[in-house]
Amino acid sequence: MRALTWQGTQKVSVETVPDPEIVNPRDAIIRVTATAICGSDLHLYDGVIPAMRPGDILGHEFMGEVVETGTDSTLQMGQRVVVPFTISCGGCFHCRITQFSACENSNPVEKQDMSEKLYGHPMAGIFGYSHMTGGYSGGQAEYVRVPFSDVGPIVVPDHLDDEKVLFLSDILPTGWMAAENAEIQPDDTVAVWGCGPVGLFAIQSAIAMGAARVIAIDHYPHRLELAKQLGAETINFRLTDVREALMEMSGGIGVDAVIDAVGMESHGFAVDNVIDIAKQKVGIGADRASALKQAILAVRFGGRVSVPGVYGGMTDKFPLGAVMEKGLQLRTGQTHVQRYMADLLAKIEGGEIDTTFLISHRLPLEEAADGYKCFKEAQDSWTKVVLKPGMAAGTA
Amino acid sequence: MRHESPAKWPYFALAGIGLAAIPLAVGTAAARKRREMRGEHDSAPGHTARRASFGDYHVVGRTVTIARPRAELFAFWRDFQNLPRFMANLDRIEPGGEPGHNTWHIRAPAGKVYAVDTRIAREVDGELIAWRSTEDSEIDTEGRVTFEDAPGDRGTRVGLIVAYKPKGGVIGDMIATLARRSPELQARHDLKRLKMLMEAGEIATSARTCADLPTEKEAR
Repeated sequence: MRALTWQGTQKVSVETVPDPEIVNPRDAIIRVTATAICGSDLHLYDGVIPAMRPGDILGHEFMGEVVETGTDSTLQMGQRVVVPFTISCGGCFHCRITQFSACENSNPVEKQDMSEKLYGHPMAGIFGYSHMTGGYSGGQAEYVRVPFSDVGPIVVPDHLDDEKVLFLSDILPTGWMAAENAEIQPDDTVAVWGCGPVGLFAIQSAIAMGAARVIAIDHYPHRLELAKQLGAETINFRLTDVREALMEMSGGIGVDAVIDAVGMESHGFAVDNVIDIAKQKVGIGADRASALKQAILAVRFGGRVSVPGVYGGMTDKFPLGAVMEKGLQLRTGQTHVQRYMADLLAKIEGGEIDTTFLISHRLPLEEAADGYKCFKEAQDSWTKVVLKPGMAAGTA
Repeated sequence: MRHESPAKWPYFALAGIGLAAIPLAVGTAAARKRREMRGEHDSAPGHTARRASFGDYHVVGRTVTIARPRAELFAFWRDFQNLPRFMANLDRIEPGGEPGHNTWHIRAPAGKVYAVDTRIAREVDGELIAWRSTEDSEIDTEGRVTFEDAPGDRGTRVGLIVAYKPKGGVIGDMIATLARRSPELQARHDLKRLKMLMEAGEIATSARTCADLPTEKEAR
């Protein structure tokens, strides 16, 4: 089959690789019909995530058709499914309390040591996201092996196009959980840092949850325009003092909840090296943490801080004093995708949520490398790239 | 033994490791002083002590919570033929002539397999299995697995402790090297595989094809 492979820092290419097979009884093989490039894929592209190996297949937002099932899979051939980016066994303590992204059994044993050392506990498995999260082949390919296929994938009705449901795999539930973590009350003003896909979906979700006002913060004009179309007010941080503006806009009280949909990609192999590696690799580490620091300073006393943005290592000069003295609640984590999929699918089907506005580009899988380059270098106009393995080359 | 809750932690077999090691340590007043200073009376399991060994023994231990009933897990473990399914360094177990006697064939680097004769030292149905190497075995080793109800509906806490006392010679050195290189790794990985098998019904792998599956059960 053909698949988008990581070859090195800012080097990805579509290669011919062996087709996936049923390896374990609960597996299914999915023929991919649509797959997206995620903002967090750019961390892999930029080489700031450790434990990548040349030839690794990327992609954790994908959907397709079931073409083969293991003996214990509950899926049926021909079904259309969206696959969560988190791999979850369904049987462990965390899966049973619907904390699916904390699954204890999905990361292969021999791959757990690094994150266990770094975080105190091993991470769960994630598709196409380095060997720290399992080394699973991702979905930017013609076919994918999906483990625990009886727990993760959700069957979608035929009348809903791929583009309407694809984002159930990651960014829509991620934006939704970010808003849920902000514990929005009816009169609340919520500020969202970052108008990438997750930030935009968090804005959409916050409004759906009844926030009185949502204020979006970014510096890309087109992305701010999308936020405005969703119903948010906007702040361009290149033009405006964000904290000052938020204080004024909230009548001097401060915003009730803040959502950091920016994140920072500092990672390291060993605890002792994390800070140095982060500084070395990211270069502007302090700037990159500034969204969260700014959010913590802007939120009111007793406010909620929701962090869907990806952080991997440690950060300097974290305003812990403000967190304590202001009595803030901090909520974060990888998304428990399986918890939200069915409800969000129902909202899509009922017309309450439409996520297709986000898609700016559709490319054949063969042009995936160009997709990465443009998504990274032209972030204002390339808001979301959907790759379609079945699409003929040159038709984009 | 630092552990002070004998009701949950009966003294037998492997607990004897601690007891056996202590007489070696009490030979001098200095050793006695060290024992006093390291806080014999805290609640932590003995194998989490900062010291690396108990007398001449290397001790590794780990506990996992498995969301399955205690009786099921005990029965699975008690059928020793199941152990190679999750113990990476265990090639196979052969029953010996007498009841409770078994020969463990342990995989070593360079494709070698060594035999260790063991007998069951103690068994409490649904709670505990302890084993010990026989006197003429080339290494002196003990192991114990305990099964305890976890709070609420969390399932069962499975605790594994294995101790090795190298007797010298090739095998002794090999085992000691393995144990020292990654004191917790083997027990930890083995128990995680057991957990996967019992909770998920299969052992997770990111292999894309059957040919990608590791030929050894664990990458070393």
